[in-house]
Amino acid sequence: MNEKVMQKRKWQATLFFILIIAVTYLSAFITNFNLMEGLTAFPQAIGWIFANLLITQESLEKLPTILEKLTETIFMSIAATTTAAVVSLFLGIMGSKTTSINGVLSVAARFIASVSRNIPVVAWALILLLSFGQNSVTGYLALFVGTVGFLTRAFIESIDEASHSSVEALTATGATYVHIVNKAVIPQSLPQIISWILFMIETNIRSATLVGILTGTGIGYTFDMYYKSMNYNAVALVTFSIVIAVIVIELLSNYIRKVIL
Amino acid sequence: METLSKPTYMKRNRDGSILIKARSKQQLVMRATIGSLIILSLIGFLLFDYTGLDLASAITETAYNLKVMFVEPALNHFSLGEAFYQVGITLGLAVLSTVIGAVIALFLSLMAATNLSNAWVSKTVRIVVAFIRAVPTVLWVLIFAIAAGLGSEAAVLGMLFHSIAYLVKAFSEAFEEIDKGIIEALQSTGSNWWHIVTHGVLPSTFTYLLSWTFLRFEINFSVAVAMGAAAGAGGIGFELFMASGFYFDLSEVGFITYAILLIAIILEVLSTQLKNRYFPASVRSES
Repeated sequence: MNEKVMQKRKWQATLFFILIIAVTYLSAFITNFNLMEGLTAFPQAIGWIFANLLITQESLEKLPTILEKLTETIFMSIAATTTAAVVSLFLGIMGSKTTSINGVLSVAARFIASVSRNIPVVAWALILLLSFGQNSVTGYLALFVGTVGFLTRAFIESIDEASHSSVEALTATGATYVHIVNKAVIPQSLPQIISWILFMIETNIRSATLVGILTGTGIGYTFDMYYKSMNYNAVALVTFSIVIAVIVIELLSNYIRKVIL
Repeated sequence: METLSKPTYMKRNRDGSILIKARSKQQLVMRATIGSLIILSLIGFLLFDYTGLDLASAITETAYNLKVMFVEPALNHFSLGEAFYQVGITLGLAVLSTVIGAVIALFLSLMAATNLSNAWVSKTVRIVVAFIRAVPTVLWVLIFAIAAGLGSEAAVLGMLFHSIAYLVKAFSEAFEEIDKGIIEALQSTGSNWWHIVTHGVLPSTFTYLLSWTFLRFEINFSVAVAMGAAAGAGGIGFELFMASGFYFDLSEVGFITYAILLIAIILEVLSTQLKNRYFPASVRSES
């Protein structure tokens, strides 16, 4: 690296930072965001949180209802993730270069995954809400579609990453396609696949809260109800129970990951 | 001839036949995980609340709705210019929360990296970050909306929390992976902590940090859409919520969905290119 290259790099870095600052300013202008206001609002907000979001005896009485809704949400995200994983595994096998049957199916699988992934879960929830109405199935389907998109991409990557040598070895013995997928591809990528599924369950519990606010189901709706009736003690309790549930599931899946990977 | 007199140990079934598959802990845990996930899903389906659901008509209706959305997209309640402006607001919220989040995360991740900080500071930062990550973004935004008043400040503050948590994890892992020799070499010249960071750590991890930040920007775009719809943060997400929830205007929902899809795909293509260029290993994204 000589002096000229260093000079050029310095210039590039400076230009880059100027660009970032300009884009940030533009964004602040469009969204009416005032940094000073944001900075002063922050300590106030934290103060407000510590003053108002307290769990009281009164709110603890609501714990059974909250826990019931929370389990409903957790079950919904697990069901959505598991069923989506089955579909994604199929799409993933179709979409991966190692195992695809033909080009058309492969492109179709990737296309389905891309569309369902890139339309946000909120949009799916709102679209499905129109005809499915306010029940768990709407939330389930919205999570299902988003999860299929994400997991298909992840599975395609995991299958591509798994070593080709065992596939080659099985091909050499004259194994059929089903045998190859069953005995070489899936066993090799299974730890990765399970790890992705666990990751998606954690993510889906958080998304389920969001979807619940829109579709009127599960813990999201409970939160929204207490939030709108300004029962902040109950809001705090709902938030804490979500935090505990998410952390427990995260610890559990970290343990599983440590063993299988 | 030793082996003949002392037969090799083989795992056998109870009836004496030789086990073909080794029962390792790994396989046991994998089976247990898959099994329990299937059982939990089945219980989940039984527990669902099916009020007011008529599956057959719902499916045909959704098919019809999707057809109207994707075949006849149109704008009825606002102009094309307005649509661009709303998309701009959503992108703006994503930019602000990503840029500010990256700056704050940079300092926090220096404290969280085990090779640059002491043990308990790094532990404290990690625990705080784990707690922040566990609260869904929409709850942060809604809480800030009452605590700090409505407006883009509340949305950006709420979205900042998850951006910081995500980036601190990514950044500190990048810092921990750098060559020990770089830090040692600088230490031996007598440079202080700040010099080590600015001349050793940051230059060698800069491209990683940028790629992670861009990945987070991609996520923040869809988060910003969601916040617009669920927390009234404005932007294209809010228009989507209005079009589907208040006007029941499917063509408009279709147009907005197309707009979101277009931008999301552009961002995804860009970040995939960055990812292939700077890190081939697995990269996880989350919302």
